[in-house]
Amino acid sequence: MTEQTFSRIETTASDHTGLRSIAADFSSDRSAFKNVSWGKAMMWIFLLSDTFVFSSFLIAYMTARMSTTVPWPNASEVFALTIGGVTLPLILIAIMTFVLISSSGTMAMAVNFAYRRDRRKTAALMLLTALLGATFVGMQAFEWTKLIHEGVRPWSNPWGAAQFGSTFFMITGFHGTHVTFGVIFLIITARKVWRGDFDNERKGFFTSRKGRYEAVEIMGLYWHFVDLVWVFIFAFFYLW
Amino acid sequence: MAQTTAPSSTHAEGQQHPIKLYLVVWAWLFILSACSYAVDYFQLQGALRYSLILLFMMLKAGLIVAIFMHMAWERLSLVYAILVPMAAVLVFVAIMVFEADHTLFSRIAYFVPGL
Repeated sequence: MTEQTFSRIETTASDHTGLRSIAADFSSDRSAFKNVSWGKAMMWIFLLSDTFVFSSFLIAYMTARMSTTVPWPNASEVFALTIGGVTLPLILIAIMTFVLISSSGTMAMAVNFAYRRDRRKTAALMLLTALLGATFVGMQAFEWTKLIHEGVRPWSNPWGAAQFGSTFFMITGFHGTHVTFGVIFLIITARKVWRGDFDNERKGFFTSRKGRYEAVEIMGLYWHFVDLVWVFIFAFFYLW
Repeated sequence: MAQTTAPSSTHAEGQQHPIKLYLVVWAWLFILSACSYAVDYFQLQGALRYSLILLFMMLKAGLIVAIFMHMAWERLSLVYAILVPMAAVLVFVAIMVFEADHTLFSRIAYFVPGL
């Protein structure tokens, strides 16, 4: 009986559009995010909190760079590589950007095939995404090694403002950690897809909830977020 | 399992959109990244450099959030719950711009050796 009454409320609430629909959703005395599973809503809220973490890092970087009286190292030269006798500015970072964007593309395709319930293609695309992510982390390790050999430390560097090292290691390190954890979770989710957990609704190890293909989309949200953060790091730290 | 064909609806079956859409967005992200890199490669300077960096950044971020993360098809209350708090970040940026300017002024006025 009560179920019926509630569902009627929901239909009237969804009649509204624009701001009225938001007011109706939030004042409905039920879950505010209708048609959105708790898993997806929680992932979005986690990503919002993560946005604040990365924003704080980038704002700290902005504050340090704006307030220093010492010139800031030129990222274009610092991250230049000489390949076959030609010195290309920022080339490694550009390749890393393309690798991460490609991984986002394969992840989007994986989500698409997951909702078509194509087990094999989904798992293969997720593993490809994980491979691209691992490539990204590998290139980042190379970049860190190169810079450390050149004398960059969190407290000093040969080219200018000392804060360059600390912001660089903090921001790219935190992002690289996110990518690493993403790769691990991609492999775990790909294994579940491959095993058919989401076709057989096998219960989750931690949650004891039925496996659903939505897990792939939620995983995708995290992965795209990692790519999204890189867009901002690329613009503000490397290009600015 | 029956899938909905209407792209504007988000049902329990999940988000269903044509593969072509993702490929087009993917291509655009490549183009925009190449443009960002070109800004540095050709060493553009000044206001042009900063406006182009910000433009390409916002376009890329918008494409990723709207299409790849399916925000364009999500219910408005979720979209607002996630995007509106981001405004707090912009306020924080504004506060820290003032703060950094003040610090720089103090450093130049009192602490820079040889001045």
